Amino acid sequence: MIVLNINGNPEQVDADPRTPLLYVLRNDLKLNAAKFGCGLGQCGACTVLVDHEPVFSCLLPISVLEGRYIRTVEGLGSADKPGPVQRAFIEEQAAQCGYCIAGMMMRAQGLLEHNAAPTDAQIRDYMAPNLCRCGTQMRILRAVRRAAKAMTASLEPVHEASK
Amino acid sequence: MNAPVQLPLSRRLFLATGGAVVVSFALAPRDALAQDAGNAGAQTAAQQLPGSLKTSPMLDSWIAIDGSGRVTVFTGKAELGQGIKTALIQCAAEELDVDPEIITLVTADTERTPNEGYTAGSHSMQDSGTAILNAAAQARGIMIDLAATLLNLPANQLEAKSGAVLANDGRSVSYKDLVTGQDFHRPAQPTSPLKDPRAFTVIGRSMPRVDIPGKMTGAPMYVQDIRPDGMLHARVVRPPNYGAKLTQVDTGAVEKMPGVVKVVRDGSFLAVAAQGEFQAIQALHTLSAIAQWQQTNTLPDPATIYQTIRTLPSSDTTILNQGTLTSQGAHVLNATYHRPYQSHGSIGPSCAVALYDAGKMTVWTHTQGVYPLRNSLADMLHMPQAQVHCIHVEGSGCYGHNAADDVAADAALIARAIPGRPIRVQWMREDEHGWEPYGPLMISQAAATLDQSGTIASWQYDVWSNTHNMRPAGPAGNLLAARYVADPFPEPAPQPIPQPEGGGDRNGIPLYQVPNARVVSHFIPGMPLRVSAMRGLGAYHNIFSIESFMDELANAAKADPIEFRLRHLQDPRARDVIVKVRDEFGWNANAKFPRGHGRGFAFARYKNLAAYCAMALELDVEHETGNVTLGRVVAAVDSGLAVNPDGIRNQIEGAIVQSASWSLYEEVTFDSDGITSRDWSSYPILRFPAMPTSIDVHIIDRPNERFLGTGEAAQGPTSAAIANAVFSATGERLRELPLNARRIKAAIGV
Repeated sequence: MIVLNINGNPEQVDADPRTPLLYVLRNDLKLNAAKFGCGLGQCGACTVLVDHEPVFSCLLPISVLEGRYIRTVEGLGSADKPGPVQRAFIEEQAAQCGYCIAGMMMRAQGLLEHNAAPTDAQIRDYMAPNLCRCGTQMRILRAVRRAAKAMTASLEPVHEASK
Repeated sequence: MNAPVQLPLSRRLFLATGGAVVVSFALAPRDALAQDAGNAGAQTAAQQLPGSLKTSPMLDSWIAIDGSGRVTVFTGKAELGQGIKTALIQCAAEELDVDPEIITLVTADTERTPNEGYTAGSHSMQDSGTAILNAAAQARGIMIDLAATLLNLPANQLEAKSGAVLANDGRSVSYKDLVTGQDFHRPAQPTSPLKDPRAFTVIGRSMPRVDIPGKMTGAPMYVQDIRPDGMLHARVVRPPNYGAKLTQVDTGAVEKMPGVVKVVRDGSFLAVAAQGEFQAIQALHTLSAIAQWQQTNTLPDPATIYQTIRTLPSSDTTILNQGTLTSQGAHVLNATYHRPYQSHGSIGPSCAVALYDAGKMTVWTHTQGVYPLRNSLADMLHMPQAQVHCIHVEGSGCYGHNAADDVAADAALIARAIPGRPIRVQWMREDEHGWEPYGPLMISQAAATLDQSGTIASWQYDVWSNTHNMRPAGPAGNLLAARYVADPFPEPAPQPIPQPEGGGDRNGIPLYQVPNARVVSHFIPGMPLRVSAMRGLGAYHNIFSIESFMDELANAAKADPIEFRLRHLQDPRARDVIVKVRDEFGWNANAKFPRGHGRGFAFARYKNLAAYCAMALELDVEHETGNVTLGRVVAAVDSGLAVNPDGIRNQIEGAIVQSASWSLYEEVTFDSDGITSRDWSSYPILRFPAMPTSIDVHIIDRPNERFLGTGEAAQGPTSAAIANAVFSATGERLRELPLNARRIKAAIGV
């Protein structure tokens, strides 16, 4: 039994320690946001935050994650109360199929926690590991800029302290 | 309004919930409702009906209002990420005069919705949008008639508003108090009391997409997220290459692996089902390592693939023949263009969930066509069609015929072997890249002459292509797994898609005025690589060719490319999008640029009968490497009546980015033993740092015109605008896609 800290909640997981985090999130914990895209760390659809860093959850075994702070889109907010990044993505209508979007939002969250006012070039560089096939990247870039502005303006804490 | 995926655990529960919600929706399968109108007289009348009312004329196939005032709208089309749900809700809300919030839209489902075939070809608004618009207007008319009787007033003293009928004497009665349950169980009329577009309040508004909040917050929106109790995860061991036969596999060790429930083998179809997803993947890897295959097939040499395809037998059709061709003129130009095999490249590999229970097969699928898939699955499973139920649930964007249908077949075969357990199958990345049916390789040859005035005098165009449609349509042989089972199904012979829509020859006929012209479509049945429909079909290549060639002709005529096109175009709507782009881009005919910086223009009307799209863009070519950096992109689109302007913009922006990726980077690679581009490193696509600096899309709204499909309108123009800009930047004309750095570098002779 491994205890994982998911979105601030301790979760007991009974799985082979070699299991990549993605399958535990999706199947054991029923958290749908992170998606399987390639299983190779090439597309970013599975991106979550571990200790404030975006990681490919399709590759990271749960054995190395005990005691670390794992966040998924479900931890950013809900449809009724979206967090600032989610709100910005909704306001910009930054999706078509949306399959890549959870990974996009987590990487954007990671960026804004490190750099509250990134330049356009910094956003493009930071988002480079994540692929979108529908071609909504221009909207995603706008959403990240919008989220940065909203977070700075509202002085909302960008992230809670690690629990 | 936009409930995330509900997870019906059983058909009984599913129908019970569905039936309880909608009073006027009979519990009989929806097919039976449609058949009520199946007599000969009704069928003749149906031919006069607008959109998909032709094939599903009963109003209650499309709309229901229950006793609490909830409205349910049914469409046979599927949400593919293109935003169709939102646009169809807008159509219904507008003509029914109800708040969009109270509408539940039920999408493609073989037991609930009309059969509208495939969600493809940019047809959804013209087929389903038109049907729903008219059905909703007629339903509003019925509400007004019912109110007229109830209030004892003539209908012309009544009007509908916000789900109620208002009388000019101040009385009102809401729809929920008018409905009796069978009001819409009647055939549609040929004409509908449609609103004056000037009175629209919902259509024409950029209503936020109904599916976006769920997608942004981790709601179970996708077939990948379906997880009913008792579900098993399964994976399929695909052969190493096309047609390979499974000769030997010892499954004993795999069956003892943790979590493994069953290894399913049927001829050369090999799969494993396990309790956990990662367990299924581990078992897949073990099975892959021990399975022994006999190769039956080799692929042609990639170095000479264009010659190989070109010399295969073809069936030739002259699709345009006017005037008399000439090979003499002030200028005579010839050019040949090539496009490689390209991949749909869905970010999420295809997925399906199937349950075989009590003789019934239920399949949750992101297919583009639930009815054709149902029929093909029934054929594969030797089951009656009525015993197979296909329910559309969103998947990752598909952009045409990807592996969605194949994985549904996989899931159904495994589910049949493990009755009573829902089976979820998701393909692995290397299988999605390696086994999907690609966009076909294409070759075209253009020849034209210009007279002294710089006008095109003669035009000859030939295009060679495989089929662009190997979608399942009833026979099982279009489903990958069906060709590998012990008693395999033959692959149906490929067929061309006839003009005016066309397949390989889609947009092969120029929209430009050319007095003497001949266009020949060379259809090649032989397919060394698996191919089918990919966004735009042949239009992508034909527009790349024709719009590149128009620039070559303009250059020969020493004319500005935009002015040269306008010289040959009469259609005022075509001219309008071109002029709009010219003005918004700030296109100056006399502009000069430093070496390495260029601009390009292109235009097309998709299929010569759907949306008009023009585009200008600028880019830089790095001399040392041949790398292209995209700058500003400005596009204009005329989709007829624009229901959701932001939805149209989203589609065009996305198409520009996707086509830029195809055109700059993408090429399926292979050797004699099989496909070698099996992931995102061997099949790279456009990433954030290479995005254009900006994309501006201008919509020319035509409120009084019918819907013109938008989803594929920008694929072709983007490719040619890039090629034309590369020419402008480097002076070199590249005619083989993709226009990658290696080719550009070779062309500029670095």
